Amino acid sequence: MRKYVPKDNVQGKSYYTDRFWVAPRVPRSEVEDEHFAAVVKALAKQANESYVEIGQLVVQIDATNNFSVLKTLKEKCGYTQCSEQSAVDYLAKDGEFELFYQLLNVNEAKRVRVVCRIKKGEAIESVQPLFNSANFAEREMFDMFGIKVNNHPFLKRIIMPDDWEGHPLLKTYPLHGDEFASWYEVDKIFGKEYRDIIGPENRDPAKVDRHDTKRFSRIGYEVPFGADISEGETEKAVEYSETFLVDYNKKGSKQLDERR
Amino acid sequence: MAQHQVNYASAAGLPIALTSVDKLVNWGRSNSLWPLTYGLACCAIEMMASGASRYDFDRMGTIFRASPRQADVMILAGTLSKKHSEFARRLYDQMTEPKWVISMGSCANTGGMFNTYATVQGVDRIIPVDIYLQDVHQDLKHFSMR
Repeated sequence: MRKYVPKDNVQGKSYYTDRFWVAPRVPRSEVEDEHFAAVVKALAKQANESYVEIGQLVVQIDATNNFSVLKTLKEKCGYTQCSEQSAVDYLAKDGEFELFYQLLNVNEAKRVRVVCRIKKGEAIESVQPLFNSANFAEREMFDMFGIKVNNHPFLKRIIMPDDWEGHPLLKTYPLHGDEFASWYEVDKIFGKEYRDIIGPENRDPAKVDRHDTKRFSRIGYEVPFGADISEGETEKAVEYSETFLVDYNKKGSKQLDERR
Repeated sequence: MAQHQVNYASAAGLPIALTSVDKLVNWGRSNSLWPLTYGLACCAIEMMASGASRYDFDRMGTIFRASPRQADVMILAGTLSKKHSEFARRLYDQMTEPKWVISMGSCANTGGMFNTYATVQGVDRIIPVDIYLQDVHQDLKHFSMR
């Protein structure tokens, strides 16, 4: 299990930097395709920026224009399918969510991605009247990111339970869950008083000790069963945060050589 | 079953019953447990396979029942998500006593590789488990031998 680090600003802090590393980026090209040029022309001033990435047109718009842009794309440019709609969490970097709508034109076999950005706490207009698939997609976005969607017919959690707290796809949400998540089923079935009886979750069932030659085989260089391969290196106990729910700092189990 | 009267005090406290093999097998067949038709994830596929013709649970009198009221044993086959845990517990509560629970596969035993916020880290947190099965995909015999 990885060492626990606070997740409140993980995007801002990189734990490993290579001087010569350049973030890989999909090459962008100008809009040269005839069809895409017509799409950009149809959107006119609503398109703030448009370019082509891997054969797909990407159009950046203002969040307030999302309905009218998608309406234009559907009715004038033939983009009749919304294959995916969701958001990306850039809160730590820019303080914003990036919302995208992935559209498909079946007749022309072309795809367009409409991208807009909203600040935290802002709402977006629903495109459900245009694309029925946006119904579930927007509910999922609300469930996972907490982004409210205006005029949605039934804005309710779709994946997590209705009484769940928190939005799991936010970068600040810990993968192993917060306190609410780890006690959810106990609280719901038995009540909060039962927490003491059941105890914390055992969340490290698959720990691998790299010096252990009894239970794990060495791939690449085989060693005899039970051989000591630590070469004088002592196993350093990983220190976990004390504020975290599960106590990982307690001492490890002792392995017996013989059966008792 | 032909049971001979055993004086536990004189037989060193051992609960001994004498019978023949045929009668023991017949007793087992007539009293075999009926599991609940209840699958959660990929383990349920293995469970269905062991009920199907190759391993054939029916020949041992083990018949899957669709109602918890008629079932003796609940097989928790697969990853139990937190959203579903409430309903798993409700099904367990609906079963009549005496009842048993088999936790099938590492996902049900400990949460397995789904070490995340959405998965119950071991079904014994909400339901008392009698038998833990490991390595479900490795060998169906694990399942059908027990």
